[in-house]
Amino acid sequence: MEATLAKTGTEEKTWGGGNRPLNASYGKMMMWFFIVSDALTFSGFLAAYGFSRFKFIETWPIADEVFTHVPFLHGQEHPMIYVAFMTFVLIMSSVTMVLAVDAGHHLNKAKVTLYMFLTIIGGLIFVGSQAWEWATFIKGDYGAVQTKGGNIIQFVNAEGHRVALRDFVVAAPTEREQLERKDGFWFQKEGSLPTYTLNDVISGFDAHPDMLIRTQTLNEHGHKTVLSRGESLQMLKNNGKHVVEGANLHENEYGSPLFADFFFFITGFHGFHVLTGVIINIIIFFNVILGTYEKRGSYEIVEKVGLYWHFVDLVWVFVFTFFYLV
Amino acid sequence: MAHEHKLEIFRGLLKFKSNVTKIWGVFAFLCLVTAVEVVLGIVKPEALTHSHILAMKTLNWIFIILTLVKAYYITWDFMHMRDETKGMRRSVVWTAVFLICYLILILLIEGDYIFDVYKVGHVKFNF
Repeated sequence: MEATLAKTGTEEKTWGGGNRPLNASYGKMMMWFFIVSDALTFSGFLAAYGFSRFKFIETWPIADEVFTHVPFLHGQEHPMIYVAFMTFVLIMSSVTMVLAVDAGHHLNKAKVTLYMFLTIIGGLIFVGSQAWEWATFIKGDYGAVQTKGGNIIQFVNAEGHRVALRDFVVAAPTEREQLERKDGFWFQKEGSLPTYTLNDVISGFDAHPDMLIRTQTLNEHGHKTVLSRGESLQMLKNNGKHVVEGANLHENEYGSPLFADFFFFITGFHGFHVLTGVIINIIIFFNVILGTYEKRGSYEIVEKVGLYWHFVDLVWVFVFTFFYLV
Repeated sequence: MAHEHKLEIFRGLLKFKSNVTKIWGVFAFLCLVTAVEVVLGIVKPEALTHSHILAMKTLNWIFIILTLVKAYYITWDFMHMRDETKGMRRSVVWTAVFLICYLILILLIEGDYIFDVYKVGHVKFNF
């Protein structure tokens, strides 16, 4: 390396070029540049989430009621458990990554290989968990009705527990069919129809006199407001517009559509980072096996990709707090 | 390249024998903090959700502070910020912290203002 650099003979002087005040290699420096700018991107997203949440602070969904599912435990509500597991997996993979960096410093090829492998496995478990979380969120759970004003109303029994549409609504035979491209003009189509129509929901609600409606508005205890039976009937019949099942970018059975939008966007962007991290890790992993860095005499590249991997973990710590805890 | 690691955390309270034991120590600490967060998030003690400090629930302050603690140890020990020069550390951390605080301040004030406009304005949203 030294031989290819032109020397000016003034390296000892302060401004001569030999001075390295930050004592970091070019590659590490650039990785830090990237991390700072990427951190600002994520802060922009999370701050925008905070902005929208403050805007609708009295009607925002309660995360503990949205993310309650754990794989293989159907019909049970365990808020926080699965996301805590995901956090643990990501921190653990960060640990194996930093152990790989440490083994790299000692030029221990076998250990770097092992720890890189474990890191990749951790990353894959995390991405898979996130995909599952998305699928559960998109599929939805209880179903709800959207009002003309765009608000979400949900159904509870006399004790205040949520009741799913499938438990009190009977789908009446309907003539309405999903519009597909083959039926109308070639540019006309619509998404899949909900299982129930609004009229099915209204007659099901009439048939169960103990059921009530829960609005989006939070009361002073931080719970959703439950209307009286009279108010509930009035709300459903006067304001109900259509049935919502699950969540997408337009509507969300859990509350404000913005909640779903930010959830998809922020966790999606983070998941994309994890995925690219896994891919880069796999490339480095094979290079380690091939002995590329052994020949080079330095495992600094492991350190650089490690910085990126820890950054992804760092972002998740914030996403975890602002989406699931606060 | 020299790979000197500073091996003490908690301001010198705890000094590890090697870099590997330090990594596991930090990992245990991060797990502990996460466990505290999860337990608080499930239990949600009344005393913490009904008291407010600076217009925010005490519980939320605890969550945010614990998050910053975790962020500190991930950056300092996993990303080796502890071993970088002072100039390097400050140019990364101070820049990001300043810009992020500014952005959050502006956007949250604006969000709160729009909330007030919706609440007291003439347009009705609760139908």
